[in-house]
Amino acid sequence: MVNPNIQGKRYPRSAAYLVGREKIREFARATFASEESIDLAAAIASGHSDLVAPPTFPIVLQEFGLKLVIADPEAGLDFSRVVHGEQKFVFQRPIVAGDLLTSELSVASVKSLGGNHMVVFDTEIFDEGNSLVCTAISTLVVRGEDA
Amino acid sequence: MPEISELTIGDVIAEKNFNLDRDSLVRYAGASGDFNPIHYRDDVAVSVGLPGVLAHGMLTMGLSIDPVVSWLGDAGKILEYGVRFTKPVVVPAKGRAVITVVAKVAELDPETKKVRIDLQTSFDGNNVLGKSQVWVQL
Repeated sequence: MVNPNIQGKRYPRSAAYLVGREKIREFARATFASEESIDLAAAIASGHSDLVAPPTFPIVLQEFGLKLVIADPEAGLDFSRVVHGEQKFVFQRPIVAGDLLTSELSVASVKSLGGNHMVVFDTEIFDEGNSLVCTAISTLVVRGEDA
Repeated sequence: MPEISELTIGDVIAEKNFNLDRDSLVRYAGASGDFNPIHYRDDVAVSVGLPGVLAHGMLTMGLSIDPVVSWLGDAGKILEYGVRFTKPVVVPAKGRAVITVVAKVAELDPETKKVRIDLQTSFDGNNVLGKSQVWVQL
């Protein structure tokens, strides 16, 4: 179950997260990225200030916001009944090592569908200058009690 | 960097197989911070009614875009990437699950040099991601 009244709710901004070069390498290798994609000289030759994070790396920041939802008694989200339905990342610019990021999650919608709930979370990720870097959009399906 | 003028809708720009074993899942759990035990413990997976230990959906999503990043030569050219999780990938305790990714050109905008690449990610003959679309800037 999930409380439909949390639609529109914004959760507090996360603490600052410093994107580390070796964290990028670790995440990239864990997602089977090529060694070329984590070559510093190649990243600089492409005009970046440091290594570029893999496209799905913002999931790490989305997770901070989701933890707040799970801990929120008002949301009443039973995480044991949650299935990841959809995920999307929209970039304003790439995330690079050295970025100091914060994220803020809001509940875009809560819909009821055949005994299940579909909850859409938008996580906006900002840099140190408070410019939007990326939006992570996650749809979770919360299975109903009899599903 | 590929040239937009050389691309045609339907072109296969990359095709790659990935071998997932339990080590892959543990490595991804550590790198991502997703330690849900259904991704490494058979007893927990079975107790919640799953057919076995599953790969993280985000691991499948993450590896599926690797052929596109390699084709571009720069992950910074990815503008947007979205998927729907349609089927689980069961990873056995011994052996491995083989995932195949085919990336095709789906839409071209010569004005803005933006290209949509559609990904087909399959395991055991079934597509495991739906509506898997990437927008890139050439």
